[in-house]
Amino acid sequence: MIEFILNNKSIKTNLPPGMVMLDFIRYEQNLKGTKIGCREGDCGACTVLVGELKDGKVKYQSMTSCLMPIGNAQGKHIVSVEGINMQDLNPVQKAIVEEGGTQCGFCTVGFVMSLVGFCMSEKDSNYENAIAAMDGNICRCTGYKSLERAAGHIVEQLKGRDKNQIIPWLEQQQYIPNYFSKIPERLGSISKSKNGMIKKINVGGGTDLYVQKHDSMIHADIEFVFDNSALKGIKREGNTIYLGASATVEDIRSNDMMNQLFPRLRKHLKLISSTPIRNMATLAGNFVNASPIGDMTIFFLALNAGLTLNNNGVKRNIQLKDFYKGYKTLDKAPDEIIETIYFDVPGKNWYFNFEKVCKRTHLDIASANSAISIELEGSKIKSMNAATGGVFAFPRYLQKTCEYLTGKEISVANILAATEILQIEIAPISDARGAAEYKRLLARQLFLAHFLELFPDKVNAEELFQIETV
Amino acid sequence: MKNIDSRTHTRGESVYVDDMPVIAGTLYAVAFDSVVAHAKIKSLDLTEAEAVTGVERIFTYKDITGENQIGGIIPDEQLLAESVVDFWGMPIALVVAESEEIARVAAKKIKVEFEKLPVIVDPREAAKQNKLIMPPRTFQNGDTSAQWAKCEHIIEGIAESGGQEHLYIETQGAYAVPLENGNIKIYSSTQGPTAVQRTTARVLGLPMHKIEVDVTRLGGGFGGKEDQATTWAIMAALATHHLKRPVKCILDRMADMRMTGKRHPYSSDFKLGLSKDLKILAFEATFYQNAGAAADLSPAVLERTLFHANNTYNIPDAKVTAYSCKTNLPPNTAFRGFGGPQGMFVIEAAIVKAAEELGIEPTVIQEKNLLKDGDMFHYGQITAGCMAKNCWTRADELYNIKKTREEVDAFNAKNKLYKKGFAIMPICFGISFTKTLMNQARALVHVYTDGSVGVSTGAVEMGQGVNTKMLQVAATIFSISVNRVKVETTNTTRVSNTSPTAASATADLNGKATQLACEAILGRLKKRAAIELKANENDITIKDEVVYVKGNKTELTWPKLVTACFINRESLAEHAHYATPEIHFDTTKERGHPFAYHVYGTSLYTVTIDCIRGTYDIDSVRVVHDYGKSMNAAIDRGQIEGGIVQGIGWMTMEELIYNSEGRLMSNALSTYKVPDIYSVPKEILIHPLETEVDSLAIFNSKAVGEPPIMYGIGAYFALRNAVKAFNPSANIPLNAPMTPEKVLMGLYEKSVAFKSEALPV
Repeated sequence: MIEFILNNKSIKTNLPPGMVMLDFIRYEQNLKGTKIGCREGDCGACTVLVGELKDGKVKYQSMTSCLMPIGNAQGKHIVSVEGINMQDLNPVQKAIVEEGGTQCGFCTVGFVMSLVGFCMSEKDSNYENAIAAMDGNICRCTGYKSLERAAGHIVEQLKGRDKNQIIPWLEQQQYIPNYFSKIPERLGSISKSKNGMIKKINVGGGTDLYVQKHDSMIHADIEFVFDNSALKGIKREGNTIYLGASATVEDIRSNDMMNQLFPRLRKHLKLISSTPIRNMATLAGNFVNASPIGDMTIFFLALNAGLTLNNNGVKRNIQLKDFYKGYKTLDKAPDEIIETIYFDVPGKNWYFNFEKVCKRTHLDIASANSAISIELEGSKIKSMNAATGGVFAFPRYLQKTCEYLTGKEISVANILAATEILQIEIAPISDARGAAEYKRLLARQLFLAHFLELFPDKVNAEELFQIETV
Repeated sequence: MKNIDSRTHTRGESVYVDDMPVIAGTLYAVAFDSVVAHAKIKSLDLTEAEAVTGVERIFTYKDITGENQIGGIIPDEQLLAESVVDFWGMPIALVVAESEEIARVAAKKIKVEFEKLPVIVDPREAAKQNKLIMPPRTFQNGDTSAQWAKCEHIIEGIAESGGQEHLYIETQGAYAVPLENGNIKIYSSTQGPTAVQRTTARVLGLPMHKIEVDVTRLGGGFGGKEDQATTWAIMAALATHHLKRPVKCILDRMADMRMTGKRHPYSSDFKLGLSKDLKILAFEATFYQNAGAAADLSPAVLERTLFHANNTYNIPDAKVTAYSCKTNLPPNTAFRGFGGPQGMFVIEAAIVKAAEELGIEPTVIQEKNLLKDGDMFHYGQITAGCMAKNCWTRADELYNIKKTREEVDAFNAKNKLYKKGFAIMPICFGISFTKTLMNQARALVHVYTDGSVGVSTGAVEMGQGVNTKMLQVAATIFSISVNRVKVETTNTTRVSNTSPTAASATADLNGKATQLACEAILGRLKKRAAIELKANENDITIKDEVVYVKGNKTELTWPKLVTACFINRESLAEHAHYATPEIHFDTTKERGHPFAYHVYGTSLYTVTIDCIRGTYDIDSVRVVHDYGKSMNAAIDRGQIEGGIVQGIGWMTMEELIYNSEGRLMSNALSTYKVPDIYSVPKEILIHPLETEVDSLAIFNSKAVGEPPIMYGIGAYFALRNAVKAFNPSANIPLNAPMTPEKVLMGLYEKSVAFKSEALPV
């Protein structure tokens, strides 16, 4: 039995927990406002808000209901457009109407929900965040300019919002109906836990599994690990950072400690999927999916991260770079699950960068991505970890390239020499994301870009990229 | 006024096909399609699939009671493959079951044996093998062969543009419902209700009147549902016909992308001759259109390529030829612009190549050759009301072409790792279906006894706001509140024999028909008012729901007048017919006057590329657009903004990739990328050029659906311009889209920085 609240209605259901929320909403509850566009989290037409009770407050995030199993809704508040509709249009709906932000209308509800989610979020209600809230929504009609203008109006109107009283303020201003303030109490009486039997498939956010195995997941024997509290959290112990396997990309992005360690973290993670997907996608999910192009995998490879695997209580540790054995092949027993990801807190003279290039800069899978971490001792590289994705059968840790540069000065000559080794370490193939030759060039460019980003004083851009001065 | 659907759109209350209440007993249909692009079907075994619990029946071509033929222009396309499949994704069988899930499971259990045949994906290869959809066509004006000797510069080359997935967010779908006496009602997400009706009747072997097609609205069409919505409507109807049960057939995204046709990819040869003072003396082009496996709308698309081969330039001596090449891709189809963009891309490519070779700005050649009134198009139509120069000049006044160029150059002089590019894309697009007979429409207007009004037309609402415009026409002619008017669904039993909602002409054609219907009713109302008020009919006017005599307000209001008409047994309804006057075209001579009018515009692009990563931003698109006199500025602005972004998508990130086996590799939203909110131009400025010369546009409000997509071509040339700023010697093929891949390869082409031959393979 799964128990949650959908809009203002308490739900208890014995439907298969692997069924996606989108189908539950549309076909079981007959709420047709939520649309089906792609069923792979790439269009946002099915965006809903998912509220989770934490410390007496409900925190709402946007998610794509096409990839969300109802098993992950246990004890939560799910909001579809029907749950925010009132007699009059709310200010978000009004702004979209006023600016002509809806044409064919099929994507519109997704935008409405993303923007209402923005209004409900504790993030600063500035224009940049309003646009970011729509980064998972595709509109084929408007060209987005009218939606940008609508977002501008909404931001204006949110100026009076009391950050400590968001829900009551939004209710008072008729953004949302007034049942929302009772939701924390109602959620409090629903258990958050699910039964603990050992199941065959572990599902975190579902953002990969539900894309790849959409048809079979509904009847799969699923262990839902997304809300498993033992797998959540980001903490520091001594000199090591531990991340729960089910930490989402958004958990990392909004974590203060991580932002201190990685000053450009938000910039880096903005390149990864979209707001709703970042709200769902887990770290371990990205690792075990073993995509050669997994963004977070490349990121953590460059941190030389380790994994703690748990096989029904038997634990072992393995370096992430040793986890990959071949295309979609892992050093992992079927029953083993990733429990924790850890990496050492870098020293003072430590530098990190992440690069990603795709056909479309945002909400796209990379043609190539690349990450690097370098610790300097004086002007020399004391230690270095680098990885690049999309250019090998699995996420490629650049062992030899790193070894080559370790102990060397940061100089254009050394870096260029290293790129020759990098080219030997990779073996890209031509596919929909680019020709092999392009990926070779791109891997090299991104590797060079790290040094320009991190050490602009130490390398001359024109020499590094061998730009002829006219 | 705002789009009349916008309230329900934002509330999720607008109804699309899959949102309709499901009738008890509804079955679900899933097509089983080919996994090879060209093969003989050696055997088809349905046994295991039929045994799946919940499967009602599996249909093949043998179950077709009429003709297994869905080709609209040329009868060359089977609904369900008989002995041969000729594209990857061609439907072979239709699984009908109690749920979509069951149908899917069963479809996977169908066993088919193929004997593979050679696959062609390249249009030039098809042409070489003489695999053509129809004989090539040539439009010709003057004598190019006599001109080459006079040319100071002759530039030749190849230009290629890729296909484009429509990516309407609502996938294809239909819901067929059995009525009494074997009649069928189809709710279809189609731009062409009559096409659905006609073709369903043909396939089922029924007269057209037994098929009723009803369309509320589409979640996007863009041409993709002009002809290709028909297949899925027939699939549902075929099952309904046999099973006498309601049947729903909605495609999932990957099936839609795999099985339906897209914008045609083109590969073209061009030859451009310029005089010493850069006048275009001669232009020749040969277009190889990748039609896919069947004609679909390709012949008409190809025709429009020929019409727009000159874009907005005066070319007295031109000869353009087009081949519609039969390949093993899904049959390509209409897409906003309908072959026009592909034609314009080639002439622009020729001009840019000429400018690069001559070391001048393309804008110099562009500006010198703009059309003016009295010039003759290469198909014989004389230019009238030409706004090419007006748009260009106004754009220069507003946006300062020279200064923009200088700013780009100044930026480039200062920056090594980022480069800006600049381009101007002027457009000229002809309005009317190029097939003259299609330029007709009908409207049915009812005035009810309470004064409320219902309007039915052949127009299909797909986001472009046509229903809002129809409502405006009725409210304006009657001079009543918009709240009194309702636009009905598009239904073949109310308005018959319709042309599809296409060619940007729908608001004009249906608007004029609505206008005629309203005027006829208004005439009767005025006559009645004259009697009631004992006044002269010519002195009667109606303004804001009140009758005036010689400009003096009376007590007679709209509802009272309507009632008076009814009591006196006078008709409050009218079914009016409109056919565009003046137009004609003789395909034996390839000459005539095919367009009611042309729409013009000029757009300025600036872009910035990251010369390390090959990524880019479109900084600004600044436009002067020939609106005529917009009857709904908000809707028209939305059409232009949306068209620009869709055009930019086609020219930049939207890359359709088929492998040599004819399999679509960019087959999902994860691999086929359309613009998102971050990739759109930072600035889009649209300045309306208001003119009042075109009486054939409804209320002089010029058609706005397709023309803006061609502005997108400017993005390609601005990016190319930026790459050249970094790597002036780069030899970049004129091949769209300009993906980040092509940008990066262009930036480092022939550069010492990257020697690919030196790398280990």
